[in-house]
Amino acid sequence: MSEPSLEVAGLFFSYPDGHQALRGVDLHVHHGERVALLGPNGAGKTTLLLHLNGILRPDGGTVRVAGLDVSDEAAMEVRRRVGLVFQDPDDQLFMPTVGQDVAFGPANFGLVGAELEARVAAALGAVSMLDAIDRAPHHLSYGERRRVAIATVLAMMPEILVLDEPTSNLDPASRRELIDVLRALPITQLVVTHDLPFALELCPRALVMDEGSIVAGDDTVDVLSDEILMKAHRLELPYRFDPRGGTGR
Amino acid sequence: MHRLPPQVKVVALLVFVIAVVLMPREAFWAHALAGCLIAGVMILAELPAGFVARRMLVEVPILIFALLLPFFGQGPTTRVLGLTLSVEGLWGAWTIIAKATLGVGASVVVSATTTIPDIIRGLDRIRVPRVITAIAGFMVRYLDIVAGEFARRRVAMASRGYEPRWLWQGGPLAQSAGSLFIRSYERGERVHQAMVARGFTGRMPTYGDRPASLRQWVLGLSVSAVAVVLAVLSVTVIR
Ligand SMILES: Nc1ncnc2c1ncn2[C@@H]1O[C@H](COP(=O)(O)OP(=O)(O)O)[C@@H](O)[C@H]1O
Ligand SMILES: [Mg+2]
Repeated sequence: MSEPSLEVAGLFFSYPDGHQALRGVDLHVHHGERVALLGPNGAGKTTLLLHLNGILRPDGGTVRVAGLDVSDEAAMEVRRRVGLVFQDPDDQLFMPTVGQDVAFGPANFGLVGAELEARVAAALGAVSMLDAIDRAPHHLSYGERRRVAIATVLAMMPEILVLDEPTSNLDPASRRELIDVLRALPITQLVVTHDLPFALELCPRALVMDEGSIVAGDDTVDVLSDEILMKAHRLELPYRFDPRGGTGR
Repeated sequence: MHRLPPQVKVVALLVFVIAVVLMPREAFWAHALAGCLIAGVMILAELPAGFVARRMLVEVPILIFALLLPFFGQGPTTRVLGLTLSVEGLWGAWTIIAKATLGVGASVVVSATTTIPDIIRGLDRIRVPRVITAIAGFMVRYLDIVAGEFARRRVAMASRGYEPRWLWQGGPLAQSAGSLFIRSYERGERVHQAMVARGFTGRMPTYGDRPASLRQWVLGLSVSAVAVVLAVLSVTVIR
């Protein structure tokens, strides 16, 4: 197999208050793969994501992105390679206009002028939000803000796109638009979600995380069909949803 | 007018206001022509009259203050319509009303044709320190979110029967402001994480502000230039 896009090995982390949030996380995501990361509230998913680009530093273990170790020297390059989309788009969009916000990342990595503008336009185009380039983020709908948030990291041309609960707070139509956008992106994706039909539709493979470690990983259909596993980790499918049925893929 | 780069409009406004301030008070004609100029620009920019009138309301306190001056001014007096008025006071009132109206009028034109983010960008272009414009930008971006959170909090409290009427009943609201502050602080932390994740190292990058062309500068400053000519003429011709 080729070198994984993302490789996490034996990751341990405790918050300053002593709470141990990660207890030995191992996972890998291959180039071009879309992988869902499932798990109950408090499992440590968000904490794990914050390690992927070095915002949090592990107490032990390693994170490698396309062969590059997440460490102090490589911090900037790793941040460019990992496109982290936060749970709340209002945390991610902090510039006065959409265009400026999307430009923020690539400009930090030294892009200027026409090249920068082209990058911004391409990223907004990829999420169908080019028309909003001069608008203020707080004037957009929640679903539109979510898509702009994705554009802000696409503009950095990352190796892997990492999304934290991208469908939370979306109405069904916005959720559908988001699925279409993500499916069309030719990029490696790791997606944290509680929306199991969404995981099934988007990601061929799923990992289950609980109490700070990865407890299962398999084809998404098989994971969602394993009732014992699902119950043990507080995962619940929508009423009458059959992962093996005609729904999803 | 709407399409001029913000830095051009900000500088033009500044020059116009300085020119108006420099006009001697005896030069009624210069003030009148400057007024026509602003009115002309408003018509060109197609600003609705009602909109302009509402924006001009910020001037009301200044007008009231100015109208009181003739009654309380010192020195020689004159009689107008049976009222004894101070000559200096009348001049003072005229100066304030004329200059305030022109200044506010010009500001209305700029603010009506420029969004706040653009004004901030304009300030950025003319080398107002980056820290100040960045803070102003964050305020514009998050004011709305914090205000929204506060409004939701009040609704949540009201729907559980809390309806403060008197100051001493304000305790819960004040406490809620406290937790709002913590929430804002935590948001600040998350926003900072999001910035670091996109390569932020403490310096705000610039983007999207193409430098203004010479033509745009000439166009934008032409109005101010006329005002400057008026000021210069009024100083040299009258004195
Ligand atoms: N800043 C923090 N300080 C202390 N504990 C935290 C902090 N953030 C999260 N935790 C704890 O770490 C655990 C994992 O949290 P998190 O990664 O947010 O879970 P998830 O995203 O899977 O819901 C939880 O028990 C949570 O209470
Ligand atoms: Mg989380």
